[in-house]
Amino acid sequence: MIEFRGVTKRFADGTVAVDGLDLTVESGRITVFVGPSGCGKTTSLRMINRMIEPSSGTITVEGRDVMAGDPADLRRGIGYVIQQAGLFPHKTIRDNIATVPLLLGWKKPQARARAEELMEIVGLGPEMAGRYPAQLSGGQQQRVGVARALAADPPVLLMDEPFSAVDPVVRENLQDELLRLQEDLGKTIVFVTHDIDEAVKLGDKVAVFRTGGHLAQYASPAELLARPADDFVDGFVGRDRGYRTLGFLEQDVPLGALTPVRVGATAGDGWTLVVDGEDRPIGWVSSQGVVEEAAIIPGGTLHPAGSGSLRSALDSALSSPSGQGVAVDDGGRVAGSISADAVLAALAASREAA
Amino acid sequence: MNLLFSYLFDAANWSGPTGIPVRIAEHLFYSVLALALGAVVAVPLGALIGHTQKGGFLVVGIANGMRALPELGLLTLLVLLMGIDLLPVTIALAVLAVPPLLAGTYSGVRNVDRGAVDAARGMGMREWQILTKVELPNALPLVLGGLRAAALQVIATTAVAAYVSFGGLGRLLIDGLKSLDYSQMAAGAILVALLALAVEGLLALLQRAVVSPGLRGGGKRSPTAEITRTDSTEQIPETAGATP
Repeated sequence: MIEFRGVTKRFADGTVAVDGLDLTVESGRITVFVGPSGCGKTTSLRMINRMIEPSSGTITVEGRDVMAGDPADLRRGIGYVIQQAGLFPHKTIRDNIATVPLLLGWKKPQARARAEELMEIVGLGPEMAGRYPAQLSGGQQQRVGVARALAADPPVLLMDEPFSAVDPVVRENLQDELLRLQEDLGKTIVFVTHDIDEAVKLGDKVAVFRTGGHLAQYASPAELLARPADDFVDGFVGRDRGYRTLGFLEQDVPLGALTPVRVGATAGDGWTLVVDGEDRPIGWVSSQGVVEEAAIIPGGTLHPAGSGSLRSALDSALSSPSGQGVAVDDGGRVAGSISADAVLAALAASREAA
Repeated sequence: MNLLFSYLFDAANWSGPTGIPVRIAEHLFYSVLALALGAVVAVPLGALIGHTQKGGFLVVGIANGMRALPELGLLTLLVLLMGIDLLPVTIALAVLAVPPLLAGTYSGVRNVDRGAVDAARGMGMREWQILTKVELPNALPLVLGGLRAAALQVIATTAVAAYVSFGGLGRLLIDGLKSLDYSQMAAGAILVALLALAVEGLLALLQRAVVSPGLRGGGKRSPTAEITRTDSTEQIPETAGATP
């Protein structure tokens, strides 16, 4: 657990970066600090490992005041990942990752073995071990950065806009992998970003900061989207928040019946779903008669029956050329159809239940 | 032409206590001494200023000021003050070594990727560890560049040691001038130039040997580095870091 108690940071030039921050970061969860530039989110993060010292107030990590004791010792027990990865250009990937274990006095072979173990955990092939950072792509460098922060198995991980310098596809990959890693590791992660979508996707809890170093709202992503505390948060959370809220509602949607056909069979009137030999959807045909491969129109997104959110259910209906979404089971086989009306009805039911 | 090279190619001049090999050895000895003294002063100072990012103006001031000193005048002054001794000679020559070493070390350390330095501090390195484990190794190409420039300048100028009665290849110039033996002077000039080039070559080899491969060629991939990651979304852009 990390606690901020009345923490203020005033820089030498008089700027107040953080103003009277009270906040508790829960153990084993991902807490995201989000806000526009100049809101004090990075300053707050950097005060946790004393890279910046608070002007007043106290910060404790697992009950220990960060200002007590030696800063270097404190930092060795806290993982730290920064935006540009900050890898050491003169060291191999293996030696970069082994940095903190070596600082802690591990034997070299032991530290290197640990480094190779971590490369596997973050999805880097063993052939990368002897390479240098300049030989890696931005996404790969960031994986090394995460591996390096995890090397000594610290309970707390600080991540300062770690994925903002990579392209959107790679970023999404890295986000997914962070969530997968976190499921196994259960670290206390503080993650700074200016991207509200990233915050909502990764955070168990999200702290929205407002310019001037004030905490505007501290809540779960679903709460943030459903009930923004004020106009600032509302504006920052952005458009489509009603739609995005659906992503946090996991509710069963009643499935309609579908009579799919295979290529070569005869389709009836109107839209007909076409499936392959194992009942997996291929697309739709809109004309009557024998189904030819060339006439198939690609289908929309697929909704995983029983486990998806209302957002994925609604999206499957909206994106389907026939207006009917397709729900599939674990094997990717057709489970039934979804109509937008059914999703809205399920939403209404969940509102009444709440 | 033959007249010019006659001293150099006369076997008699290549042996004995005043032979060419001895002069070369003396010349190298003074030069190394001066470089060592210059490095002891310039490298820690440049590293400190580069690390703290404070006092950069000092580097410019010291480097320019020392470059402006007239070498022969300085040597004469120091010898008058301190007597005929190896120390004034070494100091006078070290003054030449300081500017390139100071500038190279300072800019090398200062230009180390700030992200790497921030990460090093954030992972719990102490300041001296940041300097010795991250900043200096990454500054090495520029530090050695400064050393090469300093070596070139010091070796070329060490001839002045003979002016205050010391040995070295400068003896050939001074003695040759005194006896109007132009071939002896030519031999001195040629040997100084060759010696400077030879040392430069050796230092270039040293640089190749001690600088991390990760710093060479600014991100060029080694020919064997085949990307085999299955994740197809992460390809190294082919043009990134392409260097001649």
